[in-house]
This record gives sequence, structure tokens and C-alpha cells, in this order.
Amino acid sequence: MTEPAVVITGLKKSFGPLEVLKDIDLTVASGEVVCIIGPSGSGKSTMLRCVNLLEEPTGGKIVVNGVEMTDPDVDIDEARTKIGMVFQSFNLFAHLSVINNLTVAQRKVLKRGEKEAEEIARHNLERVGLTDKANAMPAQLSGGQQQRVAIARALSMSPEVMLFDEPTSALDPELVGDVLGVMRQLADEGMTMLVVTHEMQFAREVADKVLFMDGGYVVEQGPAAEVIGNPQHDRTKSFLARVLNPTHVDDVD
Amino acid sequence: MALSKRQRSKVFRGVQYGVLVVVLIVIALVADWGTIKRAFFDFEVMSKLFPDVIFIALKNTIIYTALGFTVGLVLGLVLALMKLSPVPPYRWIATIYIEFFRGIPALLVFIAFNFGIPLAFQVRFDNLTTVTIALAIVGAAYMAETIRAGIQAVPKGQIEAARSLGMSQGRTMATVVIPQAFRIILPPLTNELIMLTKDSSLIYLIGVQYEQLELTKFGRDAMNQYRGMTPILIAGALYLIITLPLGYLSRRLERHTGGKKVS
Repeated sequence: MTEPAVVITGLKKSFGPLEVLKDIDLTVASGEVVCIIGPSGSGKSTMLRCVNLLEEPTGGKIVVNGVEMTDPDVDIDEARTKIGMVFQSFNLFAHLSVINNLTVAQRKVLKRGEKEAEEIARHNLERVGLTDKANAMPAQLSGGQQQRVAIARALSMSPEVMLFDEPTSALDPELVGDVLGVMRQLADEGMTMLVVTHEMQFAREVADKVLFMDGGYVVEQGPAAEVIGNPQHDRTKSFLARVLNPTHVDDVD
Repeated sequence: MALSKRQRSKVFRGVQYGVLVVVLIVIALVADWGTIKRAFFDFEVMSKLFPDVIFIALKNTIIYTALGFTVGLVLGLVLALMKLSPVPPYRWIATIYIEFFRGIPALLVFIAFNFGIPLAFQVRFDNLTTVTIALAIVGAAYMAETIRAGIQAVPKGQIEAARSLGMSQGRTMATVVIPQAFRIILPPLTNELIMLTKDSSLIYLIGVQYEQLELTKFGRDAMNQYRGMTPILIAGALYLIITLPLGYLSRRLERHTGGKKVS
């Protein structure tokens, strides 16, 4: 096995007096898909945002593909080009057309030529099934389409790791499937993925490893079938019961 | 018989119109139409004003305003970025600048710039430079606040997305934040442009030659020369030719951007 894609050791993060991440350790192998589940406020999004340093960790060490992100002297912009990120609220550049959303960073950051950047952009639009929307503006697209464009934008940087921060939480239910489909295909192609999600079905079927977080700690982690199918900890059990069976919450408590 | 609410408001509306008509009639009767016509609508004077009022005065008003606005916009952008800077002294300088130049009349800035700078630094700028810089100094103070508000109105997610793609802070500003900020603030910026158009008349403080006259000074000089208000009327009409389309543009843009409020 090659070196792991992401190694997190002793990660801590506080916002003022509020301790969001208390002590997180996580190793993600290259090509592995890790789903992070847990109640809101458990710190899962914060942990994901620490990986590309959108949040500055208070303590601990994060290494992505051999580059120590937490090193104060690291070229963070350079390091981020290899880590794609997809946000809950899509965050497409509102003033740029779809194709320009996909090429702007390629050209300005990776210094790719116009032709090359556009070729890569069109290839990635094809991967997410939106070739015909190249010249549309983000506001003209549905939420699901916007999120697929956002995925294509991240892929256009040829990242080695992809981070997904609740990518389907802001979508209408009937649009969730398209986005998850794209993510599943990406996983099949061997992309290393960290996915914060509430989609248990997706976690169960696609994830190599599932992490359950609560109160700033990783409570339980392991293969999807074990963590979701046969949870060991009470907190994991009650969380899963609530998520998988929301109409029978009373039966559990 | 008591009137219904609808009937009462109808009667009240009728009375309002009546009062308005009476006022207009009284003004029309009291006014000295002969004198008004002679003073304001002297066609002989009008014909003498053209073409200079267009090719010198109107042209200069537009040139002064455009130059002042452009330089002011750049200066305003710099001030806005300073005001948002994490470096405290930058913020202090920007705040002091904005509060100072917003708080004093543009007239004083023109006086200070035209008479004070040559005294203090032994330098003399030509008239075009003086009016450009004076207008830019005043305009920048207003525009800086507008631009700052626009920058802050750009959603944070846009910045995070740009940073996550490896863009540096500066590049994020230049390629993502500022283009969107300007879309948001186009309507208020158009208002600043209208204000600067009118402030360009303050050049009358500086002794300018005939070829450098703008509308107001041109109108005043012509008024003294021809003894009548006609030149002032023409000057006013020409200002409106500049400002009315700008106002229309501003309202259109506001509809276009969904009337997003920036303050």
C-alpha cells in the first residue's frame, strides 16, 4: 500500500471558549471513501474544513499526500489546488458562466492555457452529465445541476483528494440522486473522498469506512456495514435510529 | 346623509386637486410673463450661446466629471480595501480620510487644493489636474464607503470556494469578490457620478480660460455678458441631459440586480 492520502493526528479546534474538535485521529488511504456522519454540532463539517485549512486548527497535525497542511510555512494555496472541495451551498461564482467557473482557477492558479483549461472543463462537465449547460449562468441552473457543476469545478483542478461538506443537504429530495450518482461514479473511479453526509444509504453502499462523530470526538469508526449495520456505542445506535427511522423516535428513547 | 369611507376619500382627493389648480392659476396670474420671457427665453441670446455651450461647456463638464470619477473610483477602491484590511493603521487612515472628506463641503476642498497646496508645497498644477484631483478626493470618500459595503455584501461562500481552489487572498479579491461587489453597487455608484457631475461646477473658483469653462461658469459668464437668465436656463437644461439618463440607468440597474439594498 502506498502512503496514506490524509493523516490527521490529535486535531483540536476551538472557536473562542467553544471546543468543537477535541481530539481527532483519522487516516484515509489513497482511493478510500470515508463518510463522516453524526448529529449537527458534532464537529464533522469543522473537521472537514480543517483538512484544507479553511478552518485553522487550534492543535494537531494534518498531512495530505505528504504535505503537512498545518506547517506554518506551507504554501497553502499550492496545497489547496490538490484538494477539491464541494460545499453545501454550491458556491458557484455567480458572475461567471458555467464554463468560466470551471476554467478560472485552472488558468489563474495552475496557469493552464485557455485551450487546455477549456478542454479539461468540458471533459469534467461531461463526467457530471452537464455538457449542454456550459454557457449557462449559475442562477439559471437547478440546485442539483449547480452542485454537479461545483463538483466538476473541483475536479477540473485535477485534485488528489475530494472533500464533500453535506453536498446534498440543500437540495430538493428529487435532485439528490443525480448528485449522489456523480459521487458514486467518482468513488468507483478510485478518487479519495471525505464525505460529510446525512445520506445513510450512500454511506452504506459507497463508503469504505464510516466515521461517527459526536461532541468533538470520533465515537466509532469502521467498515460501513459494521458502523451503520451493527453499531457498538449507544450514541451511534440512538443517532442511527433517529436518522433511519425518524417516525419512530419515541421507541428508542 | 353620512358618506361611506370610499366616498369620503373621493371627496378629499377632489379637494386636493382643486387646491393644486387654484395655486397654479394664482402663480400664473401673478407672474410677470413678459419679463420672464425676456429674462429666460431670449432666443437671440440662445443662438449666441451655441455652439460653444455644447462644444466647450458641456464637453468640459463631461471631461472633468469623467476624469474625477475615474481617479476617485480607483482611490475609493484603495480606501475600501484599506478599511477592510486586517492591518489597524490602514483602517485608521481610511476611516479618517473618509470621515474628513465626507464631512466638509466640496467647495472647501477645491479652495484648499487650488490655493493651499501651491502655498504649502511650492507646486502648481494645471487647471485640469487640479479639478480632477479635487473631484477625485471628494468622490473617493463617498465611493469608498459604497465599495466597502459592496465587498461585504458578497457572500462568504464565494470567498471560501475561491480559496479552496487555491486562489490567494489577493486573487480572490480581484477575480471573485470585486467583480461581484461592483455589480451590487452599480446603482449607488451611478448616484455618485451624478453628484460629481454637479460638483464639477466648483471649478469656477479656479481662474480658468474660456476653452476650459464648464456649464455653470460658462452660464454665469454669459449671464453677465448678455444681462439675462437665459444662459443659466440653458446650462441647467444641459446638466439634465447628462444626469437624467444616468438616473434612468441607475433605476434600470437597480431593477436588474433585484434592487439589492446596499448601505
